[in-house]
Amino acid sequence: MIALLKRDLMLAIRAGGGFGLSLAFFLIFTTLVPFGVGPQTGVLATIAPGILWLGALLACLLSLDRIFQLDWEDGTLDLIATSPVPLEGLAAIKALAHWLTTGLPLVVAAPALGLLLNLPAAGYLWLIASLLLGTPALSAIGTFGAALTVGIKRGGLLLSLLVLPLYMPTLIFGALCVVRGAAGQEALTPLLLVAGITLGSLAILPFAAAAALRVNLR
Amino acid sequence: MTLRVVDLACARGPAQILAGVTFAVAPGEALILRGANGSGKTTLLRTLAGLTPPLAGEIITAPDAIAYAAHADGLKSQLSVGENLAFWAGVFGTKDTSAAIDAFHLGPLLDRRAGEMSAGQKRRLSLARLLVTGRPIWCLDEPTVSLDAENVARFAAAVTAHLGMGGSAIIATHIDLGLPMAQTLDITQFVAKRIRADDPFAEAMG
Repeated sequence: MIALLKRDLMLAIRAGGGFGLSLAFFLIFTTLVPFGVGPQTGVLATIAPGILWLGALLACLLSLDRIFQLDWEDGTLDLIATSPVPLEGLAAIKALAHWLTTGLPLVVAAPALGLLLNLPAAGYLWLIASLLLGTPALSAIGTFGAALTVGIKRGGLLLSLLVLPLYMPTLIFGALCVVRGAAGQEALTPLLLVAGITLGSLAILPFAAAAALRVNLR
Repeated sequence: MTLRVVDLACARGPAQILAGVTFAVAPGEALILRGANGSGKTTLLRTLAGLTPPLAGEIITAPDAIAYAAHADGLKSQLSVGENLAFWAGVFGTKDTSAAIDAFHLGPLLDRRAGEMSAGQKRRLSLARLLVTGRPIWCLDEPTVSLDAENVARFAAAVTAHLGMGGSAIIATHIDLGLPMAQTLDITQFVAKRIRADDPFAEAMG
């Protein structure tokens, strides 16, 4: 399994691996917002938590269809399925690799973009905390969606339609945590709910993803 | 470890392809699968590899005994030959890739990226993976596609060596590999008459 993780990280960093694309998307998306809504700092400060969370979520979504599709196309997925690595383990490792190459860079970049959107100072800690605890859920849910749509030509759009509704709870509580934190209110409850969603997704979805893979590999 | 297949029925998608497949392959033996295109060789091999559940019948063997090699090479074009083999060695929990490298003469190509190699070279790398798995029963689907005569001989030598060490192989192929201990099984005899139980088209036309 460690070999799998190492290979996925290596592939992401090599040319054509797509590492950094999600991050670049996140940067551009959040930079475009002030152009769209105008430079009033009050308005920006109000919408900053939602925009940052939405940007992170969409950036995550961008790279989901690569999770299994490339391995499926070149036949690697069939071979891994006949190897000693259980498909549940494969799904968990894929989600972890996706988070390390997509979620983690987003968490690191988010505070800088918060500055750009005039996020109140009290919100930064909650922004980092909620993204750090919430983005693993995005990767886990996305891996499940990718497993469902593997083998479908141009399944990316279908994948988005399947995954976006499942992202809703994470987005609601993640953004709420930052909104309340930025306003100086109690923000621990939504943060704990985000953590709960993440733990639940991590516990259940690798099994669901493995079941979906088994059906799709037939 | 003898592989025994009893009365196996295989399907691909909704369609039943094969029925009543029965054979046994003992250690040191090879079984050559013959049959026209579309007769179900790939379906049978995928069922043996555990990718497709059988409709009926039994596959009796030790767990994790079968190494499968498909039509697709399963290589990562951004990784070098050495990295590809090291990855599979890691996945299968084996360490030594040197035997695999020697058997298919991959030494000179070790640092070449798989994406920059010819189809035949990729095939050799893909076959070298089998040696890395360390598994006794090889299920090979048209392994010699795009190999030249010299490398077909290398492949035959690798299979012979594998059989000599008590392994076995089931090979779907159209060419004569010249293996010493090979039986041939024509799978055309097992092709299921009824294509699909609930096929409305067949019902209407029949």
